[in-house]
Amino acid sequence: MKPAARKKIVQVIGFLALRTAMVLVVAVLLLFLYDIGSKGHGAITWEFLSKAPRKGMTAGGIFPAIFGTFLVTVITALLSVPLGMSAAIYLNEYARQTRLTRLIRLSIRNLSGVPSIVYGLFGVILFVNVMRFGTSVLSAGLTLGLMTLPWTITASEEALKTVPNSYREGALALGATKWQSIRTNVLPYAVPGMLTGTVLGLARAAGETAPILFTGAAFFLPFLPRSLSDQFMALPYHLYIMATQHHAILQVRPLAYGTALVLIVFVLGMNMTAVILRYRLRRKQR
Amino acid sequence: MKKIALIALASLTLLGGLLLGAKMVQIKGSDTMVNLVQILAEEYMGKNPGAPIAVLGGGSGTGITGLINQTCDIANTSREWKPKEIDQAWEKGVTPRNFVVAVDGLSIVVNEKNPVEQLTMAQVGAMYRGEIKNWKAVSEFQKPVSLYGRQSNSGTYVFMQEFVLGNKNYSTDMKEMNGNAQIIEGIIQDEGAVGYVGVGYLYDETHHVRKGLKVVKISKEPGGTGYVPTDKAAVDSGSYPIARPLYMSTNGKPKGVAAEFLQWIVGPEGQAVVEREGFFAVGEGKYKAANDKNFK
Amino acid sequence: MTKRRRDVQEAAIRAFFFTCGILAVLVLLGIFLTLVATSFPAFRQIKLSEFFLSTQWDPTSPEKAEYGLLSMIASTLMVTAGALILAVPIGIGVAAYLSDVAHWRVREVLKPVIEILAGIPSVVVGFLGIVLFGPAIAKVFHVGNGLNALNGSILLAVMALPTIISISEDSLNAVPRAYSEASLALGASRWQTLVRVKLPAGLSGIIAAVMLGMGRAIGETMTVLMATGNARSFPHGFLTAVRTMTANVAIELGEVPYDTTHYYALFAIGLVLFVMTFAVNLVADVVLHKYQEREQ
Repeated sequence: MKPAARKKIVQVIGFLALRTAMVLVVAVLLLFLYDIGSKGHGAITWEFLSKAPRKGMTAGGIFPAIFGTFLVTVITALLSVPLGMSAAIYLNEYARQTRLTRLIRLSIRNLSGVPSIVYGLFGVILFVNVMRFGTSVLSAGLTLGLMTLPWTITASEEALKTVPNSYREGALALGATKWQSIRTNVLPYAVPGMLTGTVLGLARAAGETAPILFTGAAFFLPFLPRSLSDQFMALPYHLYIMATQHHAILQVRPLAYGTALVLIVFVLGMNMTAVILRYRLRRKQR
Repeated sequence: MKKIALIALASLTLLGGLLLGAKMVQIKGSDTMVNLVQILAEEYMGKNPGAPIAVLGGGSGTGITGLINQTCDIANTSREWKPKEIDQAWEKGVTPRNFVVAVDGLSIVVNEKNPVEQLTMAQVGAMYRGEIKNWKAVSEFQKPVSLYGRQSNSGTYVFMQEFVLGNKNYSTDMKEMNGNAQIIEGIIQDEGAVGYVGVGYLYDETHHVRKGLKVVKISKEPGGTGYVPTDKAAVDSGSYPIARPLYMSTNGKPKGVAAEFLQWIVGPEGQAVVEREGFFAVGEGKYKAANDKNFK
Repeated sequence: MTKRRRDVQEAAIRAFFFTCGILAVLVLLGIFLTLVATSFPAFRQIKLSEFFLSTQWDPTSPEKAEYGLLSMIASTLMVTAGALILAVPIGIGVAAYLSDVAHWRVREVLKPVIEILAGIPSVVVGFLGIVLFGPAIAKVFHVGNGLNALNGSILLAVMALPTIISISEDSLNAVPRAYSEASLALGASRWQTLVRVKLPAGLSGIIAAVMLGMGRAIGETMTVLMATGNARSFPHGFLTAVRTMTANVAIELGEVPYDTTHYYALFAIGLVLFVMTFAVNLVADVVLHKYQEREQ
């Protein structure tokens, strides 16, 4: 066979293989979403979303879990967002290229690779025991806050990077101090992007189970958490229990699917909000 | 930016300012009992609104740990406390008191396609120790034994180990499931499966034995009469060899809502719920006497 | 405001931001030190050789409490290896597709698709392992139960794919156009350019991507907890149930009383996990750093 023809055939086969890989990945995602969507949507009723579980959780709804996830995510944000943004401000505005700065960046990257159960272990020692917060929505939120920190720092830094240096220099040239220039000429433009980026990290936190397993999540509580020191129900933990430890897992399988659907909608909803916001911001900045 | 800070401050204040309300009774422990106790709590709370009772699972070990670490008020356990655990409790100033709230016949279940009808205690033990690896050793069924069990935090796991395995190690090939229901789910799909579950888990919503399961008769000796755990008379008389009391433990004498709840459980209304859920009532014998003593 | 006061204020503000900046280092150090401090007491009772070389993990055994981690280390490595075998070719393939073959409109659609895949919570993936992949594996491979290492590997591959894809794609896109243009000018086809020029040029980035994917797989907890069957034995084949280190900590942490050898041993497992993921991330970092240096 002529070399040119052979080259062409190899390319066709090669690109086909690549296309197949792509199709496979998309197919898997579609399979996941279809399975959960089709088997879960039957359980979604107004009662399911707004009422508490009844009859040993074979009936009723998952509202306490939705509320609990929402609550713990708020606490996560309260810890992770200000600290992450401040750390990013330091890294991008103040820090010079020293070994310390490289160490900080190395730490951030490594923190994002620490297994979630290890964060759980750390949270048990630091928040539950040493700080005596006990198993509570506070301990769980703080643990998740630590876990989200690398994300918020990275996302905030990227937002800061998009602000042109001329903005900073302009303010400095007019006699502003460094902080003043950051406050008036950098932050107003960067903060929306920072918040958008952190929402993605918070979406991840909302879906995590391992860090809250031993720091505050509970299977069945008769009341919503009424203070920071109460335990709470949470969507991911609820799904885990419904799928593995419930006393009638086959019977409640549809409810488990419903919980999975709500969780996915919650998490992906946050993701999409962030993506749309980011898109809109980028357009505005151009 | 200021607006966001204000909202954050406001929500934080709101969260922190919420009143604690009535103190919640925390119950942790046995997966075998979690459904039963949840239903008991729901019915009790229905009759006594304002009595907040939270029921969590986690396994008997988790309940015992909770009572020792004082992170719960009542521990559900499907086994007795180990001497080591009682020592640990005393070291931390906790004095456990046990109340028998129900009786369970631990059931050995297999897949419905399995022809085996009866096994001796010794055979079950041998299977779970990994000594019998194929069903053909006890029948004409030519399939490898697929072991299902619980994890070490389970009272049922410990109880089986003590009474059926003779305090020897489990086979490490046992699939350690997260709860009774997962064992059932596994057995229904797996022809060579064998598992152990609390008797209350055998039934579906219509109170028949679940489709796909077969409950094996257990005899004490080879050639002896085998009994099923669903046979109340056999459980009561001790003919069914793997019966066990189910406990709820408190730290010292129970007080307040916890005490009232426990009294209700061992009373006629609570015991009716126990029977309805497939377990057996405490009865009038030695368990009742021990309970009465512990309430004082 | 006087210049002096303003300077002091500026210095204070800078100090505040600096403290936030080194927070990451402090947290990482804090986690490491906490793990070391809490696992150290375990080794008063457990010999290091037993911990790392014994295959028997049975802390609650009535016979002899054993703390051998080897089976679980093997299980973790096994599901990780299985995940990489699936995810690396597919991941690099998709990355190559995105960087070299896809029309820009297709890319605009695919990138969010991959982000969505990355956003699926691990508990949902584990759930799908139980309800979707488990029965499928059981049917295809004629085993009684689909909760095994293969199931875990498939699920972990799905979770590692987005990481591998996006970092590999970045790496391929960063290969200077001059390289590809030169190759094409010399008569190579696009495929040959991809395979013989771009992939080797972007190799360090791809290696980093694979290492980060590997770190993700090693550290994953819920997915393997739900889908691998949790048997404590040393793995014998992909179709047998296994228990990873992460799953074991999740299973047992709830049931151990504080300050017991078993409790400390679980933190020791946490330390092993931390060191493993730290090492993997460090290698990825070094590789990426060298790669960035070379590009400059």
